[in-house]
Amino acid sequence: MAFSLREYWTAIHGMALGFGFILFFTASLALLLTLQPGFLTPKGIRTNVILLKISGLVTAILSWLAVIAGTWIVYPWYRATPPSGTTDLSGFPRAHLLATPPVSGWHSFGMEWKEHLGWVAPILVTVAAYLIFRYSEKLVEERKIVWTVFVILCIAFVASGIVGVLGAIITKEAPVI
Amino acid sequence: MKNGPSAAAVLAGGIGLAIYGIVSTLAEAIAAFSKALTWSKPVGALSGKTIIGVLAWLVAWLILGLVWKDREVNYRPVIVLAVILLAVGLLTTFPPFFDLFAAD
Repeated sequence: MAFSLREYWTAIHGMALGFGFILFFTASLALLLTLQPGFLTPKGIRTNVILLKISGLVTAILSWLAVIAGTWIVYPWYRATPPSGTTDLSGFPRAHLLATPPVSGWHSFGMEWKEHLGWVAPILVTVAAYLIFRYSEKLVEERKIVWTVFVILCIAFVASGIVGVLGAIITKEAPVI
Repeated sequence: MKNGPSAAAVLAGGIGLAIYGIVSTLAEAIAAFSKALTWSKPVGALSGKTIIGVLAWLVAWLILGLVWKDREVNYRPVIVLAVILLAVGLLTTFPPFFDLFAAD
């Protein structure tokens, strides 16, 4: 079984970058929530902050790469207009969905939401990463900032989760091939 | 450490997402605007929407960052405003909402 170039890019967008984002998000959240004076020694705090910076930065980079690859590489294949008279719409996912009433909602609602919501995460995660780098070890004392970063990351994660689930369902219904 | 730059980053995120959402809804409502946002034919209007949203966020961050560079700001109202702007952004990018304004 060989993957086409389009399938490789879809996998890179959704699985490598998308799942990578989830992995590093989880790490960031765990490191953030354990960053408390009573939990860690001074050396432990320094190590925790270094790891938090790495995971926060990687989460931001992965989220940007995921939306850029999704919007500028995969999405044009998804929304390509078939030449007039085309009866086999398997290479035109958007047209295929719209021409199939039982599943047309996966474009008009699912893809429309996914393509817009996806861009929420990189902006929010970049803000979170900035706060992590700005406060560094002072995060231990700045509980307001810790909770701000926590909430921002959670909103970004929920948005990405919705985008990921929609992407998986749409790909199952009308894969980019 | 002054909290101005941090507040600027958080508020700028909200501003960028609200503008992104409003531009998205306007693109649904006004066909000519949607066409004007088609900066890349393969990507369609999403190309203009996303670039405007990201630029709005970065410009807002730059301006607020400069204004609040060495200032201690009241953090709570900034956070409340950022959450409201984020909610605007999320609502205006939700298809059942922007479809209410869709041009026929």
